[in-house]
Amino acid sequence: MRQLLAVYRQQLKTALAEQLQYRAALIIWLIEVALGPAVSVSVWSTVARNEGGAVNGYSSAGFAAYFIATMLVNYATQTWVFWEFSRRVREGEFSPLLLRPIHPIHADLADNLAYKILMLPVITLVTLILFFAFHASIALTLANVLAFLPALVLAFALRFILEWTLALLAFWLTQVNVINQLYVVVVLFLSGQLVPLTLLPTPVQVASAWLPFQWMVAFPAELLVHRLSPPALLTGLLAQLAWLLVGLALFSLTWRLGIRRYTAVGG
Amino acid sequence: MTISATISVEHLRKVYRVYEREAGLRAALRGLIQRHAQEVIGVDDLTFRIESGEIVGFLGPNGAGKTTTLKMLAGLLYPSAGTLQVLGYLPWRRERSFLRQIALVMGQRQQLIWDIPVIDSFELNRAIYRIPSAQYRQTLDELTDLLELASLLQKPVRNLSLGERMKCEIAACLLHRPRVLFLDEPTIGLDVVMQRRIRDFVREYNRRTGATVLLTSHYMADVEALCQRIILIHHGKMLFDGELTRLIERFSPYKTIAVRLQEPASLDPYGEVIGQSEDRITLRVPKSAVAPVTARLLTEQAVIDLSVEDPPIEAVIEHIFTQQEEVV
Repeated sequence: MRQLLAVYRQQLKTALAEQLQYRAALIIWLIEVALGPAVSVSVWSTVARNEGGAVNGYSSAGFAAYFIATMLVNYATQTWVFWEFSRRVREGEFSPLLLRPIHPIHADLADNLAYKILMLPVITLVTLILFFAFHASIALTLANVLAFLPALVLAFALRFILEWTLALLAFWLTQVNVINQLYVVVVLFLSGQLVPLTLLPTPVQVASAWLPFQWMVAFPAELLVHRLSPPALLTGLLAQLAWLLVGLALFSLTWRLGIRRYTAVGG
Repeated sequence: MTISATISVEHLRKVYRVYEREAGLRAALRGLIQRHAQEVIGVDDLTFRIESGEIVGFLGPNGAGKTTTLKMLAGLLYPSAGTLQVLGYLPWRRERSFLRQIALVMGQRQQLIWDIPVIDSFELNRAIYRIPSAQYRQTLDELTDLLELASLLQKPVRNLSLGERMKCEIAACLLHRPRVLFLDEPTIGLDVVMQRRIRDFVREYNRRTGATVLLTSHYMADVEALCQRIILIHHGKMLFDGELTRLIERFSPYKTIAVRLQEPASLDPYGEVIGQSEDRITLRVPKSAVAPVTARLLTEQAVIDLSVEDPPIEAVIEHIFTQQEEVV
């Protein structure tokens, strides 16, 4: 365990050094990350005003708080390995990873955390700007912050493991980007980043509850801004835990089959 | 049971299934419905043992199965049939304790991270391979010394030349002091000086650590300088396994005789003239005729100087491969 921590420390240092090389990318990312919530807040605030102040319980300030919260949760849980995995497999970058006496997922996890540490000032800045620009209102209590933290960790864990499993499809398919794009659209929609889920038609809401996506982003975000009822909180945490277990099972199966395939056909 | 060798391979075989289709859009569309699978034999019935501390050269033309074999030995490929063991492990299981004792150097951009200084990639490997600090220091010093890395360690990898990168790549693979080292074309694309430096280094590493080395190379000079033993494969099959000198004895039916004459003369009657420059003539003569031809040359011509040589190893190997093609 101590040795694994040493690997993480080193991997973090490495990833930070690597990503610091691209400081210009930070600015671009700043714009990218702020644009989505800014557009959503603008649109829904206008709708709320035209509806006489609120849509489905969301006031203009409520929308602002909600979209800032989803932006933060999305930032914390986001991964991007599935965009890189097919290149790894195709260009033989995967073989050296397989020959290291450590599972490749550790490097990706450390890389992800490093990126987030690096982006922390950027996301803080964006949050403050959006918060004041759109007059967001949020009433934080110790209770909802305490409930939010485990939900956020679970959301990260289940999203990371599911998206890493998605990435493994590259072992079978040469053109995975189409699938990745489809995935990104589904996540954007069903994780509550585009529209609060309660504004969607009921059948979609029911379906969404059985899918993993809303537990990745919408649930922790709502927890932060709405103070969900205790039953809703419990249901949410259990759903996250269940999806995490499903994710781990899928991951372990896909990894085994994927490696078997990779070592049969050669990398 | 006999003492197990470092590497032992028996009746090793690897068959790939590849999907083929003809060129053109119509063929591409047809390929969506029906794919033609074809089995390609990568390695066919290889058997050999390599003892601890040996440096063995793995020779063969492109597509002979050299890299496939190395990948199976390192654990990247699962064999289709046969058995193989490395250090008592089944490589394809890739147990951590096995991976900590081997290294596979395969081209560029394997270990090093492109955007950061070389030393940072080394530090990462130190953590991953759990190398104790004292040993890491010592190994790093040794490698820095042998490969002349001192001026490179602080530079980002992308600023290094091809040869510098290869040196650092090799060093990164050796920080954990592997007992078995697989080198796939370690000198490819490098200039002569760098080739020699890497060659010297491999020999020195083998001498100092007693590591077993299996290397493939296109450059015969690598093999001649490093390997007493070579394994020759072609179309996945073993053609020869033994000492380099024996390869020439066994496979070359010719020797070359180089002669310097006092006066120019035609030497066609003595053998096939394969080279002529000023006063020096090179003849190719069947092995059995070397003694009588030499005797005749010395009595019938005004010879200043005469030497009998084996043909260059490249020529011998080329000869073997072309013969094989004819048989196939």
